[in-house]
Amino acid sequence: MRIVVASGKGGTGKTTVATSLALIASEQESVRLMDCDVEAPNARLFLNPSLDSHKEVGLLIPQVDENLCSYCAKCAQVCQFHAIAVIGKKILIFPELCHGCGSCTLVCPERAISEHLNVLGVLESGSAVHGIEFAQGMMKIGEPMAVPIIRELKKWAPVVLPTIEIRDAPPGASCPVVETIRGADFALLVTEPTPFGLHDLKKVVAIARELGIPAGVVINRDGIGDNAVEKYCIENNLPILMRIPMERRIAEAIASGKLLVEAAPEYHKAFQNMFETITTEVKI
Amino acid sequence: MKQLIILSGKGGTGKTIITAAFAHLASQGRYANQVILADADVDAANLELILQPRLLEEQDFKGGQLAVIDQETCSSCGDCQAVCRFDAINYNNSQYMIDPIACDGCAACVYQCPTESITMHEQLVGKFYVSESRYGPLYHANLFPGQDNSGKLVTLVKQRARLQALDDNRQLVLVDGPPGIGCPVISTTSGADLALMVAEPTVAGVQDMRRVLQTVQHFGVRAMVCINKADIYPAGADEIELYCNEFGIEIVGRIPFDLTVATAMVAGEAVTAFRPEAPSSVAIAAVWAQVIQSLMEIKG
Repeated sequence: MRIVVASGKGGTGKTTVATSLALIASEQESVRLMDCDVEAPNARLFLNPSLDSHKEVGLLIPQVDENLCSYCAKCAQVCQFHAIAVIGKKILIFPELCHGCGSCTLVCPERAISEHLNVLGVLESGSAVHGIEFAQGMMKIGEPMAVPIIRELKKWAPVVLPTIEIRDAPPGASCPVVETIRGADFALLVTEPTPFGLHDLKKVVAIARELGIPAGVVINRDGIGDNAVEKYCIENNLPILMRIPMERRIAEAIASGKLLVEAAPEYHKAFQNMFETITTEVKI
Repeated sequence: MKQLIILSGKGGTGKTIITAAFAHLASQGRYANQVILADADVDAANLELILQPRLLEEQDFKGGQLAVIDQETCSSCGDCQAVCRFDAINYNNSQYMIDPIACDGCAACVYQCPTESITMHEQLVGKFYVSESRYGPLYHANLFPGQDNSGKLVTLVKQRARLQALDDNRQLVLVDGPPGIGCPVISTTSGADLALMVAEPTVAGVQDMRRVLQTVQHFGVRAMVCINKADIYPAGADEIELYCNEFGIEIVGRIPFDLTVATAMVAGEAVTAFRPEAPSSVAIAAVWAQVIQSLMEIKG
């Protein structure tokens, strides 16, 4: 079963919830946690995995053998992203624009195009506390595209096939979030009860609904803001699976890199219940 | 005209709260009527929730293309599926179908289809807005849930904001940035004079601040750091200072953790306008004074 933890708004506690959920789930099941926030991955700071496996990932981008090239420019005509240009007898390739679709390679009548890996980031994995298998993607500084890294992370075969996969999503509601949620069985949406939290939650709910994935909500920092999130959840038939009240001692513990269920053991039971609810929901 | 961008790396550190407060503070002093605002966090645009602006102009934003198969002429050969690297073509009930969510818009299938049954269609992926807020014109957008091309929409928002600043001869474009370090952040960074990083003194916040600092440096933009919720974990704040000292990055203030921020947000007000004497408001005002001075001293 695949559970994705997403939020819309950043800093609502996705990683806090994902890491504690992983810990609780690992008491009964084999768990793999994948940090799909490849621009700013943080889950490792809480789970302290050994990162002993590495793999460079990216996109296959074209290179042209100018001895074979007839400068017909078919490659440039089919490229939707203006990543290859032919100007007279000069070929320009813009790796940061290339989506790695391979269309230019396929249409080249001279078979002058071959492909090589343009590295966008690295995948890393290893084992963490409680035998949790951990994997993350880390985007290279200055690279624009997160989606190919997330795609490769999802495809990266685990050492042992886990019964539970937990994906920690990036913030926002654009393509990297869609790639993270795609293929999941349940979306656990962590929000805060503020106008920002609600506005961005709605956008992720729209993604989950379009993908046909059941969703539930965790309200973090409960007590700040207003009750508009709660109202929205009721009106839209979104179960509120947990509330984490705003408490300074929790904020301080998480700031220092502690897991929520370790810093506040009374949440142990709440996470167990939530995990059970999700597994039951998904089976139905 | 100068362009100030607010970034953070990690989400939820307070970018929008600080941008709104800066907009308010600017409107009170010598930069009154000198500011154009832009919200570059187009997939989770929140500045409008505080500023509650009056909409002046709305435009469709057309983004990437989507492949569509004409089932009438399709011979079901499967060549399209074979060339698609995005797993966007499914075979169901003896028909090849495009998964619109997975389709990257690359058109590789179009050129391989022997019966020319596939065409590309431009998609409406968002809206672009110009509004009037109590603190000046606001350029913003709404990228529809799950859409691509956020970088291009950010570029449009920033370009239009910049053009109006030039037309009106205003001195400052103030840009609320997105989280992360990828495509929309790079678009936000382009053309900026100064980046203010809103760092959070948590293990995660310190990590992400480093990555976003490295990103703006990669693109040659000067950065300063303010520490928000500074008292929540003093060891984290010290780590931020150590890092900034090592790389010669100026720290322009520590803003304390203050629940007034959430109350002001619910009230739809900039915290500095809502309660100027609140500890967070006082600290943000001090940060603003330093940032605006440094920004205006930058040559060019």
